[in-house]
Amino acid sequence: MSDATTFRAPTEEAPIVRRILIGVVVVLLAVLVLAPLIVVFAEALSRGVGEAVKSLGSRDALAAIRLTLTVAAISVPLNAIFGVAAAWAITKFDFKGKAFLITLIDLPFSVSPVVAGLCLVLLLGTNSTLGGLLVANGYPIIFALPGIVLATVFVTFPFIARELIPVMIEQGKAEEEAALTLGASGWRVFRTVTLPNIRWALLYGVLLCNARAMGEFGAVAVVSGKIRGETATMPITIEMMYNEYLSVAAFSLAAVLALLALLTLALKTLLEWRHADALSATGGH
Amino acid sequence: MHIEIDEIAKSFGDTTALHPVSLPIPSGALVALLGPSGSGKTTLLRILGGLEFPSSGRVLFDGKDATGLTVQERRAGFVFQSYALFRHMTVFENIAYGLRARPRASRPPNAEITRRVTKLLELIQLPDIGKRFPTQLSGGQRQRVALARALAIEPRMLLLDEPFGALDARVRKELRTGLREIHDATGLTTVFVTHDQEEAMELADLVVVMSMGRIEQIGKPSDIRARPATDFVREFISA
Repeated sequence: MSDATTFRAPTEEAPIVRRILIGVVVVLLAVLVLAPLIVVFAEALSRGVGEAVKSLGSRDALAAIRLTLTVAAISVPLNAIFGVAAAWAITKFDFKGKAFLITLIDLPFSVSPVVAGLCLVLLLGTNSTLGGLLVANGYPIIFALPGIVLATVFVTFPFIARELIPVMIEQGKAEEEAALTLGASGWRVFRTVTLPNIRWALLYGVLLCNARAMGEFGAVAVVSGKIRGETATMPITIEMMYNEYLSVAAFSLAAVLALLALLTLALKTLLEWRHADALSATGGH
Repeated sequence: MHIEIDEIAKSFGDTTALHPVSLPIPSGALVALLGPSGSGKTTLLRILGGLEFPSSGRVLFDGKDATGLTVQERRAGFVFQSYALFRHMTVFENIAYGLRARPRASRPPNAEITRRVTKLLELIQLPDIGKRFPTQLSGGQRQRVALARALAIEPRMLLLDEPFGALDARVRKELRTGLREIHDATGLTTVFVTHDQEEAMELADLVVVMSMGRIEQIGKPSDIRARPATDFVREFISA
């Protein structure tokens, strides 16, 4: 079979081209992705593990971690519900303005997060009618947790819906219709047919959404007011610490944030690996 | 059950899928809706099943107006073109779905569900595939499971959309006989949609030839062959 090596599939490039392409990707990934990650951990541990752990134990760092986890814990379930509802409406029904709705879902991808944050401040800040009313009644939105959650929900809105829409379009309506003809109610159809069919796509969307929710900076920076220990999330606390030359503290917190992201990635890979069969059966990734 | 289609019309936006059509379907008949794609035959079937609502006209079941009945209330056993089996459920659970979906008061106990599903699996001559998933079945097996699932709800009628469309010629012949036998055994009024004139002529008691949203001819296969009512019918059945 030594001759076989001289032939190659029509879609395959020459070995030299292949090596160059792979080389370029590897170098780019190493410089752009891997190196920064290593630097973060190296800087965090530059004065030893003890110093890093001590900086994480500070009041501000703990408050930031707690706030970020709280915000993610509220925003991600909200977006899971919104995302499923939006994808359901878009893929199972025909209505006027559908294209507009799809564009609207994508809006957070194209609008700068800072602009989104500013819009929220203009809409709900103390100087606005609505915001003034809310503050007067003791429900401040801007410079408080609700504002941060709103900003995060806005920025991460497309992730779950975007993940679900192509899967649901591909699956079509036939199974739902079959369940209806068998006497199932709309809610039962959703629970026993639709949801199980989209569960992997939904999980992917949730993981992506979670990663983004924890890492969001721009929009949150505008609406949070950056009150140390109160409304400063992890990314914002990291920036503040870095600006104050507290590099070990900044990089230690950054390392925790990076670890949370890596954990998400590991979870996603584990699920892919463990449930490869189910994924191919229900048309996930 | 006797079905009466009374001046049913359907349009989707500007396009007319069905001009007013009328069609009596005698109780227990095996009827083929035959026509090329775009003739309105699937739309008519979906209106019978309650998956589409007519723009005008009425559907009568045993003389009673059924036009407003929801898809669940119709109790029509529906077999979809690509079978639409629930891909994340075993064959057993697929067939049991309609029984489990019943309101608590009329839902049979688990043992009874198992008994009925087992009986249906025997009826379709696939007694051992209950634990398998739809992706592990051949096309012909999927079609038979879809039929069993539709029969499980003890339907008042059986509606099939291109039931043999996705199968190769040999399996198709085999399943035709299978459908005929199941129809004769259950006595259910059965309507199936097909674009294959040979299939319609061979299997049905009554053939309804459709074109462009209109019914061209209604008759026994032999009558249609002997006396095609229009040029379209003549051309279509000789194709």
